[in-house]
Amino acid sequence: MADKMALAKAINESLRRALESDPKVLIMGEDVGKLGGVFRVTDGLQKDFGESRVIDTPLAESGIVGTAIGLALRGYRPVVEIQFDGFVFPAYDQIVTQLAKMHARSLGKVKLPVVVRIPYGGGIGAVEHHSESPEALFAHVAGLKIVSPSNASDAYWMMQQAIQSDDPVIFFEPKRRYWDKGEVNAEAIPGPLHKAQVVREGTDLTLAAYGPMVKLCQEVADAAAEEGKNLEVLDLRSVSPLDFDSIQASVEKTRRLVVVHEAPVFFGSGAEIAARITERCFYHLEAPVLRVGGYHAPYPPARLEEEYLPNLDRVLDAVDRSLAY
Amino acid sequence: MTVESTAARTPRRSAGSKAGTTGTKRTRTTAKKDAGTEPQLVQLLTPEGKRVKNAEYDKYVAGITPEELRGLYRDMVLTRRFDAEATSLQRQGELGLWASLLGQEAAQIGSGRATREDDYVFPTYREHGVAWCRGVDPANLLGMFRGVNNGGWDPNSNNFQLYTIVIGSQTLHATGYAMGVAKDGADSAVIAYFGDGASSQGDVAESFTFSAVYNAPVVFFCQNNQWAISEPTEKQSRVPIYQRAQGFGFPGVRVDGNDVLGVLAVTRWALERARSGEGPTLVEAFTYRMGAHTTSDDPTRYRGDEERQAWEAKDPILRLRRYLEASNHADEGFFEELEAESEALGKRVREAVRAMPDPDHFAIFENAYADGHALVDEERAQFAAYQASFADEGGN
Ligand SMILES: Cc1ncc(C[n+]2csc(CCOP(=O)(O)OP(=O)(O)O)c2C)c(N)n1
Repeated sequence: MADKMALAKAINESLRRALESDPKVLIMGEDVGKLGGVFRVTDGLQKDFGESRVIDTPLAESGIVGTAIGLALRGYRPVVEIQFDGFVFPAYDQIVTQLAKMHARSLGKVKLPVVVRIPYGGGIGAVEHHSESPEALFAHVAGLKIVSPSNASDAYWMMQQAIQSDDPVIFFEPKRRYWDKGEVNAEAIPGPLHKAQVVREGTDLTLAAYGPMVKLCQEVADAAAEEGKNLEVLDLRSVSPLDFDSIQASVEKTRRLVVVHEAPVFFGSGAEIAARITERCFYHLEAPVLRVGGYHAPYPPARLEEEYLPNLDRVLDAVDRSLAY
Repeated sequence: MTVESTAARTPRRSAGSKAGTTGTKRTRTTAKKDAGTEPQLVQLLTPEGKRVKNAEYDKYVAGITPEELRGLYRDMVLTRRFDAEATSLQRQGELGLWASLLGQEAAQIGSGRATREDDYVFPTYREHGVAWCRGVDPANLLGMFRGVNNGGWDPNSNNFQLYTIVIGSQTLHATGYAMGVAKDGADSAVIAYFGDGASSQGDVAESFTFSAVYNAPVVFFCQNNQWAISEPTEKQSRVPIYQRAQGFGFPGVRVDGNDVLGVLAVTRWALERARSGEGPTLVEAFTYRMGAHTTSDDPTRYRGDEERQAWEAKDPILRLRRYLEASNHADEGFFEELEAESEALGKRVREAVRAMPDPDHFAIFENAYADGHALVDEERAQFAAYQASFADEGGN
């Protein structure tokens, strides 16, 4: 039976289900207990599962991820929360040098089923370090899987799948969509974690996005439809691995691709998509793959973020440029 | 200066930790607070405003004049007024966020006033009172909270670094700066502010290590306001924070953070140690965050009112006022004038914030690099063309 719930609530329900069904699952992070996290994603979990399953940690991100690695070595399945995107960097060392590599280092003997949850992205008018999109910094590192849901149902199911994965998963939560409601069917059979989804069929051009930008792309497609343009919208869902087959299938149909993400375009995930799709679909493409994203600039103060972030006009502009070729 | 003679509390500098391993049951997954009583703290003014003797620290405030005492009082009152104005500006939508210092005025003014002009301060994001002491225009502190910039003042004009939001990072910068001061043969000192929560960060531990190894002239000033958002200090440390210093090889001391005189004395002592080549010191100012962590926080979810009420009785401003009145160091006229001055400050800050313009759109591309960067130039040009396209369409 499907319930309508906010994306944050869907993650909360998903964590609850994981805690119920597997005694090895642990929640760890700053303020995740009594407060329920600064976004209330873990609300009520400590009350119901106790302090030894839902653990308020000291203020130390390297410590949070480092000890999660140790707990995973001991057979636990920690789901850790990094409070905001910009605060993952004290833990970056542990994530990149240890979490990502221990499986390979042990010749496959060691599995590290650790989920690192990171609320990410802008659009909420926050101060510095609270609005960044660092996914490419993680995608560049082999050994990590990186996903980002765009809606409540995916948030629910992708979290279940991330926790069940024997690989470390960096779970980027689109914080500005936390309060968006959607249907969640807890009895459904979800599709594979790393498969992209066509969320709107179209014939003229493909918009590919993940996380917070999927909704924007749907709005762009609506706006373009009023001008008689028929856009396809692809929710990539997973940044690593990336489902190039689905992108290719879409591009072979529409012959045009615009990739949209909040992170800076330079060396971003759009660059990887553009390069691979150009290799795979060179003779199908009617236009170069275009990217819309952040600039090569520090994430700006709140009063400038509307200029920095991709918006309806900027994406439509890219659509027009692509169609003009 | 009048000195009431009451039983002096002996200062406690870190002696070895008594936190033992006994009685730790395997089933317990988090440490319990030590059963022993809280360690004593350095205090020169009681919550009732009584001056108490302190053999070790009195000398650091021995020459203090009534005028200077009134100055400390004025600093605290104006800082509180500024803070209250910022809080209401946030509620009115003029600021996106505010991190209030309510309750921590003595810790900040006492330590801030202990610094010398050539000392260098590395704050976190709540040090509005220290900024005040350093002569930073309070309105400048509001830019980042309004969202028009990510800092917005020149750290070198007042030797007051930009606010640091990432917890603990600045303690390493302070240590490095202090290492530079020592290399230069200068006799200034450096002071780094951080919270009790921040004391758990690896950066803070590494700054302790570096400062000890290089005997850096740095004072680590931890404002233990009892909470790190929803987590009490016990979630950060099993021993009182000042005792950590001992393991790194330098002294730590806990001072009543609501006693401006005590904080002034202890910080002067620590800064003088630094200046005279004796290396780092950890000062733990034991204080309380009376309000929410920030305006986005809801403390009712994790703490009760009784605690705040208990701390209200130790209010740093009230305590100095009682002392000033009892010792006839200030008359009614002083308090009235100060009241008027507070109102004027509030008004000035309010007007300054409302007059703060949004930054120019092109500011996005400014200052990422000192020497310029071809990609930024290219993106700026594209941005300009894109902006211009609206002007064309709109016909304006
Ligand atoms: C590295 C990092 N992690 C998390 C945060 C989010 N955060 C901001 S303030 C805070 C609590 C800080 O507590 P404390 O150090 O005691 O200082 P206080 O705010 O109480 O003065 C947290 C968790 C952050 N800013 N930086």
